[in-house]
Amino acid sequence: MNPIQRAVSLVCAACALAAFGVHAQSSTEQEIEKYRQQVGEENPAELWEMRGEALWKQPRGPKHASLEQCDIGLGPGVVKGAYTVLPKYFADTGKVQDLESRLVTCMETLQGLTREEATKNHFGSGPKRSPMEALVAYITSESRGIPMHVSVSRPEEKEAYEIGKKMFFYRAGPHDFACATCHGHPNLRIRLQDLPNLTDPKDAQRAYTTWPGYRVSQGEVRTMQHRLNDCYRQQRFPEPGYASDAVTALTMYLAVNANGGKYNGPAVKR
Amino acid sequence: MHSGRRKALQGAGGLAVMGLMAAAGLLRPTAARAEWNKEAFTTKSFADAVKAMGGSQPTESHDILINSPDIAENGAVVPFTISSKVPNTQSIALLVEKNPNILAADFEIPQGTEPWINTRVKMGQTSRVIALVKAGDKYYYNAKEVKVTLGGCGG
Amino acid sequence: MADPMKIRARMEGDLVEVKVLMAHEMETGLRKDSSGKLVPAWFIQNVTATCNGKTVLAAEWGPAVSKNPFLSFRFRGGKPGDKVAISWVDNHGDKRTDEATIS
Repeated sequence: MNPIQRAVSLVCAACALAAFGVHAQSSTEQEIEKYRQQVGEENPAELWEMRGEALWKQPRGPKHASLEQCDIGLGPGVVKGAYTVLPKYFADTGKVQDLESRLVTCMETLQGLTREEATKNHFGSGPKRSPMEALVAYITSESRGIPMHVSVSRPEEKEAYEIGKKMFFYRAGPHDFACATCHGHPNLRIRLQDLPNLTDPKDAQRAYTTWPGYRVSQGEVRTMQHRLNDCYRQQRFPEPGYASDAVTALTMYLAVNANGGKYNGPAVKR
Repeated sequence: MHSGRRKALQGAGGLAVMGLMAAAGLLRPTAARAEWNKEAFTTKSFADAVKAMGGSQPTESHDILINSPDIAENGAVVPFTISSKVPNTQSIALLVEKNPNILAADFEIPQGTEPWINTRVKMGQTSRVIALVKAGDKYYYNAKEVKVTLGGCGG
Repeated sequence: MADPMKIRARMEGDLVEVKVLMAHEMETGLRKDSSGKLVPAWFIQNVTATCNGKTVLAAEWGPAVSKNPFLSFRFRGGKPGDKVAISWVDNHGDKRTDEATIS
C-alpha cells in the first residue's frame, strides 16, 4: 500500500467505526444494498433509450439522413451487440474509435453535421437534452446480456490499449494522483462507495458493463466519457477532449480488462 | 398560474374552449376534471396536512405497510411501496415530515384498484415518512423513519 | 413538447400491473442553479390513468416526487389487448398522454 491508499483506507475505517461501530456497519451496508437494488429495478434510463431509438431513426442534418446506416462495429445498421466490440479499429477513418467518437463520425458523414454541431451539448442538463446521451443509451441497451469481446488483434488496437494502460497508471497533478490510485488496488473505498479495482477482471467487468448509467444524483444518463471526465476532475487534471483519441485509448484499456463480462447497462448509479 | 387557468376554464368561455378541445381529441375528460389541493401541498405539519385534506385525528394502523430501504444513499430518489389492508381504502397519501412541505403525493384509489402504490420521492434529510389512508370518513396512518446519507434537494 | 412516457401494463393473475416512467424535471422551486438563482418550481400536479373509459388511478403530486417520476399500481377489470392511458398535467399547464396495450 502506498501512503495515499493507506490514508484513504484509514480515514474510511475511522469514519465507519466512529459513526456506526463494526457490527452496525454491516447492516448499514445491507440497507444501502437494498436501496441500490430497489432503485435499480426501474431505471429512468429507459426514457433515454426510447428517445435515442427515435433519434437513431430520425432524418437529421443537412443531408436529411438517419443514422440507420451507421457502422458502429458490426457493419452498417447493426445495433444489436455492437457495443460489446467497442472500441475497435475502423478502416474508413483509419482510427480506433469508441461509441461516442464513432457516432460523431456518422453524424458527420451520413448526416452532414460539422464536428462542432455533432458534439454540441454532449452532456445534457434538464430540458437541454443531449442527443448523444440518448443515442448512447439506446445503442448500449441493445447489447444487454451479450459478453464483452473487444479485440486487440490489430496493431492500432493494441497501441490504443497500451496508451490507455499508460494513462491509467500515469501519476501527476497537484495531488500526485493516477486512475490507479483509486482503481488499481483491491478493497478500497471512499465513505460508502466501494472502489472497483479495474486491473482485476471481475471488478472491471462489473464496473465497465454497467456504464453508461442513470445518475440518481443528477437525474441524467451519463456516458463513459462523462464518467472518465469525473475521474480526471477528481484527480485535478484537465478534462480530456470530447470523443478524443485519449478517451478512446483509456476506454480501450478498461474495455479489454472487462472482456468476458456480460454487458448489463445502462444501469443506475449513485 | 394553475389556479388562474382553472378559473378561466370554469367560466362559460372556458367551457366552450374545453368542449372544442375535447372534440378535437386534445383534452381527455379525466385531465380536464383534475384538481390540485394547493392548501394541502403547502402545509408543514402532519396535523395541518390532514386537515387540509379534509380529515382530522387519524388513527395509527399497522394495516398500512410501508416498504422502503431504512437507509437511502441519495435523497433525490427514495423508493416506497405503500399498501393498505384497511377495508374500503379510498386514498393513500405519502408524507415526508422534514421536507419543506410535508405532503409528497396523494393517490385516489377507485373501486377495483388495489390499495397498493409504488413510487419514488425526494427527501431533504433523515425523516419520519408517513402513509395516510382515507377509508370512508376515517383517516389512518402508519410511519417509519428513513435515514438519508445525502439530501435530495439540490445540496 | 414533453417527451413520451414509458408505460408497461401486463396481467399478473387477474390484476393488471402498470409501471410508468415519466420524463419530467420535477423542480421544487427551492433549488439554486450554478449562478445562485432559484430555479422556478416546475412539476407534475395531476396524474390520471384510465382503462376502457374508467379511471383506475388519480393522483395529485407535489414537487417532492422524484425527477423522471416512476409510478406503479395494480387494478382489476382489464384484459390482454385492452389499452391503459396515462395523462399528466404540470403546474405550467403542459400535459402529456400516452397509451400502452395490456400484455
